Amino acid sequence: MLSSLDKEMLEKVADLHEIPQGAYNIRRNGVGVQRNTTANIDIVTKKDKPGIDVIVKPYTTGESVHIPVIVTEENITDLVYNTFEIGAYSDVLVVAGCGIHNCGDQKSQHDGIHNFFVRKGAKLKYVEKHYGQGDGRGARVLNPKTIIEAEEGAVVELEMVQIKGIDNTLRETEVRLGDKAKLVLTERLLTYLGQEAQSKITVELNGVDSSAQIISRSVAQDESRQEFYFDLVGRNRARGHIQCDAIIMHAAQVLSTPRVSAYHSQAQLIHEAAIGRIESEQLVKLMSLGLSEKEAEDTILKGFLA
Amino acid sequence: MLEIQGVSLTMEEGQTAEILRHINLRLAEKKIYVITGPNGGGKSSLAKVIMGVYPPSEGKILLDGQDITSKTITERALLGLGYAFQNPPRFKGLKVKELVKLAASTNPDKLNIGDLLHDVGLCAQDYLDRDADASLSGGEMKRIEIATVLARKLKVAVFDEPEAGIDLWSFQRLAETFKFIHEKYDTTIIIISHQERILDLADEIILIANGEVSEQSAKDKILNKILKNEDCCSSQCEKGVIQDAEFAG
Repeated sequence: MLSSLDKEMLEKVADLHEIPQGAYNIRRNGVGVQRNTTANIDIVTKKDKPGIDVIVKPYTTGESVHIPVIVTEENITDLVYNTFEIGAYSDVLVVAGCGIHNCGDQKSQHDGIHNFFVRKGAKLKYVEKHYGQGDGRGARVLNPKTIIEAEEGAVVELEMVQIKGIDNTLRETEVRLGDKAKLVLTERLLTYLGQEAQSKITVELNGVDSSAQIISRSVAQDESRQEFYFDLVGRNRARGHIQCDAIIMHAAQVLSTPRVSAYHSQAQLIHEAAIGRIESEQLVKLMSLGLSEKEAEDTILKGFLA
Repeated sequence: MLEIQGVSLTMEEGQTAEILRHINLRLAEKKIYVITGPNGGGKSSLAKVIMGVYPPSEGKILLDGQDITSKTITERALLGLGYAFQNPPRFKGLKVKELVKLAASTNPDKLNIGDLLHDVGLCAQDYLDRDADASLSGGEMKRIEIATVLARKLKVAVFDEPEAGIDLWSFQRLAETFKFIHEKYDTTIIIISHQERILDLADEIILIANGEVSEQSAKDKILNKILKNEDCCSSQCEKGVIQDAEFAG
């Protein structure tokens, strides 16, 4: 049974108020607690290591898979390997999220390794939300690794969100795109207090006419620190665009290391990066509409991370 | 009524510069004032002092007899002062409709956001859901900026060069809109401008040059003077009143 705390965490990471429709697998404190499969989507527990295989049949459309993980105990290090087979010409939504509630003094950690095979012509929207809460001094640590192989004509939309709550995170994302495959990746990150976040994103444009758009926006507050590494690799006639923007506040630090690597003369790769504080003109404009300075700041940050 | 009493502004950027010198103005309710004069003469700085962006180094600002000199931008906004930027800032991720809605949130009248955009010559359907960011052209952003001021119920509205980026068709509409809000809310309107069509809207024209008010009088009285005053617009001024042939004629 799920407690009210479990339900609250589920709501934060998967926008779930009740048990989800469609296929789902809920993992709590390192153990699978509830699961549902459908005629088109199967979920199987791995035999050789912790984790699950999610198998979406070809031509499955309009279905969703929720695989939230919640950690509500301290002194837990949970490691899972999940594999997703997204069948040809299917169109599905996968929502993965991890919520950590740590009231204790020991560390709670969840490391998820997600491997996606997006088959020919399939469309995948993958949403990953991270959330942490709890009054304890124990650190909340999340290290997700996402590897996506997109075959010919596949369309992958990736949304990664982490707003406060997580003390330490190393997020690694690797995407390889085949012929005419398309990726739209959006990353939203907000760190505060003494939090540290690292994000490494590598996108390989291997197929002819593949394309990728990566939009990363982050806000670093207080003494937090963020590090970004982007590598956009063009190995064919392909187009890629990275746009990363950070708002830096207080005594925070943001380090961004861009790389565009072209191994083909028809690879068009663009990288745009900017780090800056909130412009005073923006604050003045919103204050001149009657907002207080704090409200103006919140409005700007909320819009930026929307 | 807005009163500016002996306002001076000095700014320090490397060296101390006197931007405004002993400005005295009395701006009555329900009137349209156009502030004109050469670029760099202090017009925008005066607008920013009125809105509270720059604190004056001396002098007082009174709104309906209340001293607002030490009030913040937010406090002045809530007292009914509004300001349309010459170069409006852009907001990543904030939609046009969100920005205009924020502006309208203190207005007790229920306004149609689409109509407000229409008033500044933008098709609501095309713009409501767009981000108010760098994807908009200067002219588009400028119109949205004006819409955020039209959305408010104001005692005093200051428009800093509203005509920049506005084409002729919507310019006419804009002029009508100024008149409309003026009549609807009895707003005192202050427009910083060089344009003949805008000058034409004025009840009074205020000429500011070298940080000082060199003239404040009724429109007809001052227009001839501006034309004759070679100091008003230097030859470097691209859009100065003097260069405007149609106006001069």
